[in-house]
Amino acid sequence: MPLYFTKEHEWIRVEGDQATVGISSHAQEALGDIVFAEVPEAGRRVTKGQEAAVVESVKAASDVYAPVSGEVTEGNQAIVDDPALVNTDPEGKGWFFKLKLSDPSELDGLMDEGAYREWVKTL
Amino acid sequence: MSREVHSGPTDETQARGTAYSGDPEGGEGTASQELQRLPLDEWHRAKSARMVSFAGYEMPVQYEGIIAEHLWTRENAGLFDVSHMGQLFVHGRGVDGALERLMPGDFKTARDMKPKYSLLLDEDGGIIDDLMATRRGDDFYIVVNGATKHGDIVYMQGRLTDVAIDYMKEQALLALQGPRAAEVLESAIPGVADLGFMEGASFRAFGHPLWISRSGYTGEDGFEISVPAVAAQNLADWLVADERVKPIGLGARDSLRLEAGLPLYGHDLDRSTTPVMAGLTFAINKRRRAEGGFAGAMRILAELENRPPQLRVGFDIDGRQPVREGALVLDGEGNEVGKITSGGFSPSLQRPIAMGYVATPLAEVGTALKLEQRGKLFDARVAAMPFVPHRYHRKGAA
Repeated sequence: MPLYFTKEHEWIRVEGDQATVGISSHAQEALGDIVFAEVPEAGRRVTKGQEAAVVESVKAASDVYAPVSGEVTEGNQAIVDDPALVNTDPEGKGWFFKLKLSDPSELDGLMDEGAYREWVKTL
Repeated sequence: MSREVHSGPTDETQARGTAYSGDPEGGEGTASQELQRLPLDEWHRAKSARMVSFAGYEMPVQYEGIIAEHLWTRENAGLFDVSHMGQLFVHGRGVDGALERLMPGDFKTARDMKPKYSLLLDEDGGIIDDLMATRRGDDFYIVVNGATKHGDIVYMQGRLTDVAIDYMKEQALLALQGPRAAEVLESAIPGVADLGFMEGASFRAFGHPLWISRSGYTGEDGFEISVPAVAAQNLADWLVADERVKPIGLGARDSLRLEAGLPLYGHDLDRSTTPVMAGLTFAINKRRRAEGGFAGAMRILAELENRPPQLRVGFDIDGRQPVREGALVLDGEGNEVGKITSGGFSPSLQRPIAMGYVATPLAEVGTALKLEQRGKLFDARVAAMPFVPHRYHRKGAA
């Protein structure tokens, strides 16, 4: 399954016209201890580059942007109940939401995993 | 993700805590300077600290993580490097009377070696800084905030021309805080465990003189240790070699003091707040209330008599989301009645807590209010502080 990243440190794993979105390991590391997550409800339409979820650490509050546009099919209740899951498994069980892509061409221009990991090293 | 919105002690949110220039109109003296390094800078980096800019220094905000460090301090002993703070030695004939002109404490009859919390005031009763002042014989040792120290010195020198103020920049300042701090420190420096809360004394260790007081900023038992900068690393190494001690960063320092209900200058206190508004009336001595004669006395004594328009209070907040500095406090009709000056997630209580100012008629514990942050409303109630009980070592107490 192709995995892409944004410069805002979201990841998106694509399977057909379905995708799962979260924040990268680098992002959770930078945020520190995560104490709060708010995820979108199923049915909500999100727009590429617009805020779709909220994540807060002890130190900071951040919006999580939608890497692509689409309709949310599921928000991850597990991270709402246990926000620390985003620290312990950011690119796995700590996902934020799933969505149905409305325009797969929006994936063009996102970084692939190799490019993202290299780019993060330069930050 | 969006750019992070920091709360707590970073220079980004320290704007209101910039040094007071000594010029009542503001003016120069607050220009940004190159970041300075602490005496223990390399020591922190070797311990994998994440360094941030604070009070003009590069300082460790966390090592292993804020929550782990916070809880460690509540259960064991945490070592904090607070060498950014200003250590001042104030001396000269009549220094006690001079200090009383700018602060509301009793310095004339202050007992030797007993640190006192006090407030440096402007002519309107606004708080220029909060500090600890200790009589040592005829002289006073004063510890002020890092972000404000240079402005404090200028202000005091301008107003107190009859005394000398030495900035002890060759001294580092370490704090060892937590329920196991006393047993750890006693094993290196016999006699420290005999100090009671808010008592200090001179000691000698590692070939250097130390000034140690039983005090701190976490709500726990603990000590603050003034040590020559050249000896700071020896002391820090010795302390963290003890398995009961871990280094703790600024992040946990902020969450610990918030749980303890202690105000942070530049956030919960500034020149728009007075000691009465801030609920710090314990720092206004009885004799001084009767006699006045300190900066801002007219307003402060009137506020003591008639109550101030706003008061600093704590807030319990429903839900899990932190409500941070800058959020508005609203009454039941949606009118703005105050603002949050510090807020965050309490690691000990596992829920959000905050402090801020609210109109005095609404300051009763239990009053239901709304908080507004980024367009979202939160249900909150005025709460008694501290949120987590203090565990100071008071002599004579059980």
